[in-house]
Amino acid sequence: MKSIIQNINKAFDHRIRLGIMSVLMVNDSADFSTLKELLGVTDGNLASHAKALELENYIEIQKQFIGKKPNTSYRVTKEGKKAFVSHIDALEKLIQKK
Amino acid sequence: MKDKYLQDISEIKNMMNKSSQFISLSGLSGVMAGIYALIGAHIANGLIESHQGYYITLESKTFKLIVLTAFLVLFFSIATAAILTVNKAKKEGEKIWNTTSKRMLINFLIPLITGGIFGLLLLRHAYYGLIAPVTLLFYGLACVNASKYTLRDVRYLGITIIILGLIATEFSGYALEFWALGFGVCHILYGSIMYFKYDRK
Repeated sequence: MKSIIQNINKAFDHRIRLGIMSVLMVNDSADFSTLKELLGVTDGNLASHAKALELENYIEIQKQFIGKKPNTSYRVTKEGKKAFVSHIDALEKLIQKK
Repeated sequence: MKDKYLQDISEIKNMMNKSSQFISLSGLSGVMAGIYALIGAHIANGLIESHQGYYITLESKTFKLIVLTAFLVLFFSIATAAILTVNKAKKEGEKIWNTTSKRMLINFLIPLITGGIFGLLLLRHAYYGLIAPVTLLFYGLACVNASKYTLRDVRYLGITIIILGLIATEFSGYALEFWALGFGVCHILYGSIMYFKYDRK
């Protein structure tokens, strides 16, 4: 039991961070406005949670210009993918166990 | 505590689906497209039966009227699908023009436009017998391709139509019947399934 709890990742223990990771797991990349719309959060909220995930090295932030508009897009790193998969595994095991 | 984990898992699933699939596709629009197709097939059948002379040539009035019927069916189907889907998206609070709908549309259009051009080239080179199977096959492939980005049922619709297209290639004398079966009956069938599964909530 203890080992399963260890796999529960604190970095994903928040609805918005969980949401960001879920979206990025099934999409190559997602831009800021898409994420904002999907998660239904404010700019500041999204930015700070994305930053937190970036600091953990779970996602990469890419800033570029599309025409004259700045565009921020996110993608998940290999490390992030691995961490999220083991997080989901741990969640599922905990649900089954009781 | 367990409830929280369950909630997390369902949130993950929900986000994965919502971000990769366009879920507002209206089942009712499929049913309507099927009905238009059947009406169109009925009109075309009437035109063929009332045609004077043995062959229907490209220059004949009958042929032009059949083509006009086909384009009207296409136009009304697309218009209805667009209106119903926009309405459903509004109701569900999903934006109509987002990443998923764009991806779905592009992946739908690539095989569809290829098939359309191929069909026109066949027409030009007088392979009339192949036009019905080819339109069915490419439409089926378009559905399968788009289904990765929308409701699963579209995939089964596509596969059914591909099978019909292959059978229609063997029985080229029954082009109109297979066409009515594929674009009419299949659309009504899968459209109703989708309508009862997703729309009536």
